[in-house]
Amino acid sequence: MHRVYHRIERIAGNVITVQATGVTYRELAQVTSGQGVSLAQVIRIEGGRVDLQVFAGSRGISTDSQIRFLGHTMQVPFSESLMGRIFTGSGVPRDKGPAIHENLIEIGGPSVNPAKRIIPRNMVRTGIPMIDVFNTLVESQKLPIFSVAGEPYNPLLARIALQAEVDLIILGGMGLKHDDYLFFRDTLEKEGALSRSILFIHTAADPTVECLLVPDICLAVAEQFALQKKRVLVLLTDMTNFADSMKEIAITMEQIPSNRGYPGDLYSQLAARYEKAVDFDTAGSITVLAATTMPGDDVTHPVPDNTGYITEGQFYLRNGRIEPFGSLSRLKQLVNSKTREDHRTIMNTMIQLYASYKETLEKQSMGFRMSAWDRNLLKYGERFEAEMMDLRVNIPLEQALDLGWQILADCFSPEETGIPSKLTRKFWPKRTTAA
Amino acid sequence: MSENIGRIVGVNGNLLTVEFEKPVVQNEVAYAALGESRLKAEVIRVRGRYAELQVFEDTTGLKEGDRVDFTGELLSVELGPGLLTQIFDGLQNPLPKLAEECGFFLQRGRYLEALPREAKWAFTPAAKAGQTVTAGETIGSVPEGIFQHRIMVPFGLRGQLTVDGVAAAGAYTVDGVVAKLRDADGVVHEVRLMQRWPVKIPIRAYAERLRPTEPLATKVRIVDTFFPVARGGTYCIPGPFGAGKTVLQQITSRYADVDIVIVAACGERAGEVVETLREFPALTDPRTGKSLMERTLIICNTSSMPVAAREASVYTAVTIAEYYRQMGLNVLLLADSTSRWAQALREMSGRLEEIPGEEAFPAYLESVIASFYERGGIVKLKDGSLGSVTIGGTVSPAGGNFEEPVTQSTLKVVGAFHGLSRERSDQRRYPAIHPLESWSKYEGVVPSEQVALARRMLIQGNDVNQMMKVVGEEGTSIDDFTVYLKAEYVDAVYLQQDAYHAVDAATPADRQTYVFGRIVKILKTKMAFESKDAARKFFQHLTQATKDWNRAEQTSEEFGALEARIEKMVAEVTDYA
Ligand SMILES: Nc1ncnc2c1ncn2[C@@H]1O[C@H](COP(=O)(O)OP(=O)(O)O)[C@@H](O)[C@H]1O
Ligand SMILES: [Mg+2]
Repeated sequence: MHRVYHRIERIAGNVITVQATGVTYRELAQVTSGQGVSLAQVIRIEGGRVDLQVFAGSRGISTDSQIRFLGHTMQVPFSESLMGRIFTGSGVPRDKGPAIHENLIEIGGPSVNPAKRIIPRNMVRTGIPMIDVFNTLVESQKLPIFSVAGEPYNPLLARIALQAEVDLIILGGMGLKHDDYLFFRDTLEKEGALSRSILFIHTAADPTVECLLVPDICLAVAEQFALQKKRVLVLLTDMTNFADSMKEIAITMEQIPSNRGYPGDLYSQLAARYEKAVDFDTAGSITVLAATTMPGDDVTHPVPDNTGYITEGQFYLRNGRIEPFGSLSRLKQLVNSKTREDHRTIMNTMIQLYASYKETLEKQSMGFRMSAWDRNLLKYGERFEAEMMDLRVNIPLEQALDLGWQILADCFSPEETGIPSKLTRKFWPKRTTAA
Repeated sequence: MSENIGRIVGVNGNLLTVEFEKPVVQNEVAYAALGESRLKAEVIRVRGRYAELQVFEDTTGLKEGDRVDFTGELLSVELGPGLLTQIFDGLQNPLPKLAEECGFFLQRGRYLEALPREAKWAFTPAAKAGQTVTAGETIGSVPEGIFQHRIMVPFGLRGQLTVDGVAAAGAYTVDGVVAKLRDADGVVHEVRLMQRWPVKIPIRAYAERLRPTEPLATKVRIVDTFFPVARGGTYCIPGPFGAGKTVLQQITSRYADVDIVIVAACGERAGEVVETLREFPALTDPRTGKSLMERTLIICNTSSMPVAAREASVYTAVTIAEYYRQMGLNVLLLADSTSRWAQALREMSGRLEEIPGEEAFPAYLESVIASFYERGGIVKLKDGSLGSVTIGGTVSPAGGNFEEPVTQSTLKVVGAFHGLSRERSDQRRYPAIHPLESWSKYEGVVPSEQVALARRMLIQGNDVNQMMKVVGEEGTSIDDFTVYLKAEYVDAVYLQQDAYHAVDAATPADRQTYVFGRIVKILKTKMAFESKDAARKFFQHLTQATKDWNRAEQTSEEFGALEARIEKMVAEVTDYA
C-alpha cells in the first residue's frame, strides 16, 4: 500500500516537512511537483511530523506537491548487466541504455564483522615509484588523494585504475565537471576498460544533494560483486563535494555544527563509507581510492582531516607530483616485507635523505655556505625529484629499487646513508662515482 | 518484574523519543521493537512523559508508535572465566560467534551471551563454611589459560556475609552455583562463576588505593627512559593522523610487561584490529612461552559500527580490566581512540540539543574524561595482594592541534603525555613522540640524572639547530656544532626505534639501562675534531654502528663486538686535554 500526502508544512533548504503517520525512519518517498519527480528520504520523525531531504532539491516544490511514501529505503539494481553502463547519482541511466530493475538491493547496509576480515596481503602495482616504493597500495585499502583543485587527481585516479589488476572498476562522480566525466568515460573506453566498469555520475550541473547517494550506491554494488569473488576498485571523486552536501542538510536541519559548519557526525558518516573497503575471508575485495580536494590547500580543513583519520594513508598531490612527506600508506608494511629485502630500507633511507635535502635547500636559500655534505644532498635531491617523483616515470618496483641504490651510490658513501651494513654489502652498486 | 512499555514518538538518527507511563530509570536499558527483532538502547534523558534513548544500532525502519520495552537494568557486562582471548563488540557480543551465526555482516538486534554457557571450569574452593567475607573476597578459583581466575564474592553485595556453604572441587559452568552466602538480614545469596556489573560504575571491592610508583616497561625506549608509565598510572598519546598512535599502541600491546592487555578499538579502523586478532594467536609471549592471545582481550567497536556502542565500548573495556585487577593481576587497557568516544558524546549531545561547549563538545566532556581515567589505578586487595589497571588512551585532535577540548581535558588528568609530532613522523623519526614537549610524572627505568643530562643535550642541540638556521653552519662554533651532532645522535640511536625489526622493536628495561648508560658516557665525552665535516662524518659512522648494535640480540657475540667497536671509535676522537 502506498501512502500519499499533499500537505507540505515547511520547505527550507532542501528539506520538506509533512504531517504523516506510519512512516519509517530512512524510508524513501517520491515527491511530484511542477519540476517533475524527485526522490526524498526521511531524515527525522518527530511527533507526527516527518522531515525529508529532497534529492533533486526543493526548488519548484509547492505546499500541495504530492508525496508518496514507497515503504522501502534506497535500492539499486544489481546484476552483470550493469557492466559498461553509466548512471546518474540516483541510479537512472545516463547513457542510452535501458533502465535496469532486476535484483534490487538496499544501499548503506551493515558493516562487515571485523572477525570476518583478513589481513590484506596483495600489493597493487601501479608502476609509479612514489606509490610502489614509498607508499605501496594494497588490495582492500582505502586511500584518498589529497589535492587542491586544479591538480591532476582525476588523471591520476584513471591511471591507477587502468594499471591495477582488478576485475571491476566502479566510478562514483560527485559534483564532477562534465569534462572530467567525459575524460573518464573516454579514457576507460580507449583502454578497453569500459566493459568492466560501472559509472555512477553526479555532475556539477545536477542538484547538489543528489550526490549524497553516490558513495552508498557505488559501494553497495561493489559489495555484491566482491561477495561474488570479484576484486573491485571503487573510485570516488570528489568526496569533499559529498561532505559539503551533508553540511548543507545539517545546517538546514539546524544541527549544531562542530567545526566550520560541518556536522558533528562527519567522521562517522565518512567512516561508514570508507570502511566498506574490505578483503573478504573467502570472497573478493573492495579497494577504495577517493579524490578529496582541500579547500585553501589546508589539510586541517575538517574534510581532509577527518578523512585522514579514517583512511589507511593518503597520497598528497602537489605541483603535479606525489609528495613524499604527508603521503602515507599504512598498509605498506603488510606487503613490502615480501617484495624484496631492501625495499623497506630504500624507502626509509631515501625519504630521510630527502628531508635533509629540504633542510639544505632552506639553508641555501638563506645564503649559507654549502658544506661537502650539503652539496651531496643537493645533488641527491635533484635526482630524486627527477627520477623518482616525476609522475611520468613508469617503471616496475624492482627497477625502481635498483634505481634508488644507484642514486644513493652516485651521491653518498654507504655509511653516510645509515643503511645497515648487511644490506650495503649486498646491494651497494660496485662502481661508485665518489661525489 | 512487571512489564514497562513505551511508544516511540520521534526518531532522529539514533536518538528515540519515547512516551512512557510507569517509572523509568536514567541509564536503564530498553529495547525498541523492529519487526521480529529488538534494538538495544539506553535511557539518557527523561523529560516529563518522554524518555530519550540512544539506540546502539542503526534505527532505519523504526516508526512512530513502535513498542519499547524498558528493562529496569543498567547497561552491564558479564564477568567470569572465558573472557580472555575473546573479541567483543562494545556491548560485549562475541564477534566470531556472531560471524558464525550471521556471516560476513553484522546484524542489528542480534545479541549473544558473552561467556560460553556450556564450557566447564575446574573449580577449587578456597573459602570455608562459617567464614565471614565481603565483596571481592575469594571463594575459590578456576584455571583460565595461564591464570588462576579468582571466583569472588559478587562486588554488589554489601557488608559482612557468612559463608553458608561452598561447592566441592569439580567442573562447573559459569551458571553453576559454587557458594551460598548469608547477609546480615539473613538473606541467602548464591555465588556463581559469573557475575554481572554495570559498566559505568567503578568496581571498588578492594582495601585501598595506592599511588602508582613502579615503572611499567613498555619496551619502547623513549617511553620507558624519558616519559615512563607507571603500573596503575594513566597516559595519553595525542597526535595528528598518521603520526603513529596506533602503531605505538600495537607494539605496546605486544611487549608491555603486564599480565593482561585489553585492547579497546574505539571508533577507528577495523583493519587495525584484524592485524591484532589474526597475528596474536601465532605470536609467543616471551614471559609465558604461550600465545600472546592468552593474555589479550579485544573490545572492538570500529568506526563504521554503531556510534552509541562506541561510547559503551570504553566502559565495557575498563570494567573488564577492573575485574581482572581484582584477581591481583596487572592489566593494561589501551584505548584507540578516546576522541571517537568523545565524538560519540558530541553526536548525542547535539541531538539532545544541549548547549554546546567548545567545538560543540558537551560541557560535561571534561568530567566524563576525568572519571574514565580515574578508573585506572593500583590497589591493595582485601587479601593484601596488589592489582593494577593502567590506562593508555590515544587522542585524535581535529587538525592535529592539541589546543582542543579532548586533548586539553585529557592532559589535566593523566600522569604522562606522549605527544606525537607531525614533523617527526614526516621525517620518519619513529616513534614520533616529541622529545621536548612530552612529559611524565612517573619514575623511569634508568637513573634520573642520566635522563636529565640527555634531555639537556637534546634541548641544547635543538637550540643550536635553531640558531644555525639563522647564522648558518659557518657561524656556529665547532663545540656548539658537536652538541648539535650529539643531540642528533641520541635521537637517531635511542629515541628512534624500528617497530618492525625483530630485535629493535622491544628493548627490555635492563638493556635500556645498559645501553643508555653507555650512550650517556659518549655524550659526556669531550671530543676534538678537525672540522665540522669530520665531526659529521664521525657521527654518521657512530650512528650506523650504534644502530647495528640496537639490532643485535643482547646475548649474541655481535652485541659485544659492536659495543667494543663503538668504544674504540669514541676513544679515537676523545679529547684528553
Ligand atoms: N614506530 C613506527 N615505526 C615505523 N613506522 C611507523 C611507526 N609508527 C608509525 N609508523 C608508520 O606510520 C603509519 C601510520 O601510523 P598509525 O599508527 O596508523 O598512525 P595514527 O594511528 O597516529 O593515525 C604506519 O602505518 C607506519 O607506516
Ligand atoms: Mg590510529
